[in-house]
Amino acid sequence: MTGTTQAPSPPTGGRGSGEGGTRDPGYNFAYLDESTKRMIRRAILKAVAIPGHQVPFGSREMPLPYGWGTGGIQVTAAILGPADVLKVIDQGADDTTNAVSIRAFFRRVAGVATTERTAEATVIQTRHRIPERALHEDQVLVYQVPIPEPLMRLEPRIAETKRLHAMADYGLMHVKLYEDIARHGHIATSYNYPVMVNGRYLMSPSPIPAFDNPKMDRMPALQLFGAGREKRIYAVPPYTPVRSLDFEDHPFRPIRAQHPCTLCGSTDSYLDEVLTDDVGGRIFVCSDTDWCGERQQAKAAVE
Amino acid sequence: MSEALLSARDLALRFGRVAALDGVAIDIWPGEVVAIVGESGSGKTTLLRVLSGLARPDAGSVHYAGQDVLAAGEAARRRLMRTEWGFVHQNPRDGLRMGVSAGGNIGERLMATGHRHYGGIRAAAAEWLRRVEIDPARMDESPRKFSGGMQQRLQIARTLVTQPRLVFMDEPTGGLDVSVQARLLDLIRALVAELGLAVLIVTHDIAAARLLAHRILVMRHGRVVEEGLTDRVLDDPQHPYTQLLVASVLAA
Repeated sequence: MTGTTQAPSPPTGGRGSGEGGTRDPGYNFAYLDESTKRMIRRAILKAVAIPGHQVPFGSREMPLPYGWGTGGIQVTAAILGPADVLKVIDQGADDTTNAVSIRAFFRRVAGVATTERTAEATVIQTRHRIPERALHEDQVLVYQVPIPEPLMRLEPRIAETKRLHAMADYGLMHVKLYEDIARHGHIATSYNYPVMVNGRYLMSPSPIPAFDNPKMDRMPALQLFGAGREKRIYAVPPYTPVRSLDFEDHPFRPIRAQHPCTLCGSTDSYLDEVLTDDVGGRIFVCSDTDWCGERQQAKAAVE
Repeated sequence: MSEALLSARDLALRFGRVAALDGVAIDIWPGEVVAIVGESGSGKTTLLRVLSGLARPDAGSVHYAGQDVLAAGEAARRRLMRTEWGFVHQNPRDGLRMGVSAGGNIGERLMATGHRHYGGIRAAAAEWLRRVEIDPARMDESPRKFSGGMQQRLQIARTLVTQPRLVFMDEPTGGLDVSVQARLLDLIRALVAELGLAVLIVTHDIAAARLLAHRILVMRHGRVVEEGLTDRVLDDPQHPYTQLLVASVLAA
């Protein structure tokens, strides 16, 4: 089967001016078939209309295992146009296995241009980080979400958590924070820190560090969250208030290692601790590789 | 006399061929303790569940402070349950969060009603632990480490911390040994008098009912067969079933 008559005409559009590569004609554009993409887009539209609310969708089998970003990759596939420029990060890094293979996947099945530069990307799929560089209105941030339900560990019955969301009955989440303070003297949740979206829905920000939570608040870019195994999509539209939960006398504090980046000297980015030898040598470097690289280049140019 | 706090009329609920409730009417006035007694399967607990909105009757009406409870939405019922009402379960494991510390258990209702000051919540929790005779130093311990009587007292503290006006109690002394029961009854009596609570207590323990209640309802086969002041009902039972019930109490 050549498929030339059956294949839908290549889609147009997209936010960027990506050159596009050559796409494998054996696949429909962006891997998923058109009706699946429509179904996911419907879920996305509903999610954008109700910020923070989890919308169920018919998650498909994707050619990668659960937990590697099956939700994120489906959302990306549904919103991608040929002119888009895709960036994929895993823990802030562009060069990790998962990021490299998802970029290669979309180059092959959608023929879109890919980049490692945050400023150039129109669609950024991310696992566990928000880029340090402030995002703008023409960009979409797609999160890979393992567990979309913020109340999961507190209330095991899904029917009951739905009811709690419907009634905005979120005392339980504060009980968790209370227990943290009672045990550790401070709120010890350092990632996947629960947030209230638009003053209504309690939302799991996916396992990003609490350090990144303030970046979600009134972000100009659209934020989409895809959970493949749990079959949920949710969203934070541009400029939506996102508040981290806390107590009046124990306010939310983003946590950061108290060091400058060894490579670029940044004192306000999120850091990874890296072992350098087997005698306890360690350095702290930016987790956002693009941010760190740009700063190193700028520094070299000045010198 | 002022208006009844909780007022139910013509309640009916059938489980298949069994009538759990058959034309039951009940009124509870502010500050009053009402006991429902009767044998197992007489519809006591079902009545409690219907009145507190946990189950829906087939027919009848329930009004709380002039508001139709059955017609109100689930959100309104939950708000009542969080603020104006309390429910003490027979088994403390049903009413407590066993994975959460004692302080967290007491604080949950406060946090659910919008308290966001950690120090304030903690002070309230310590105060309530003291009132139910648990050492406040054990605030951060799991209720799993508490004895049955302590768990039940913790459940009462957790229920009363938001100062409800009406508390439903389902056999609060069931499953405890007699000396612990006596202390718990004493505590409930003191708290009820101090806070001016209205309490609807379900029990099959006639002695506990005599100790706590102002009024008694005797239920059998889903009907209220006799109703009146506690001493009147227990000292001069009119209905043959009540006479049997009172005669069956063991004297120590």
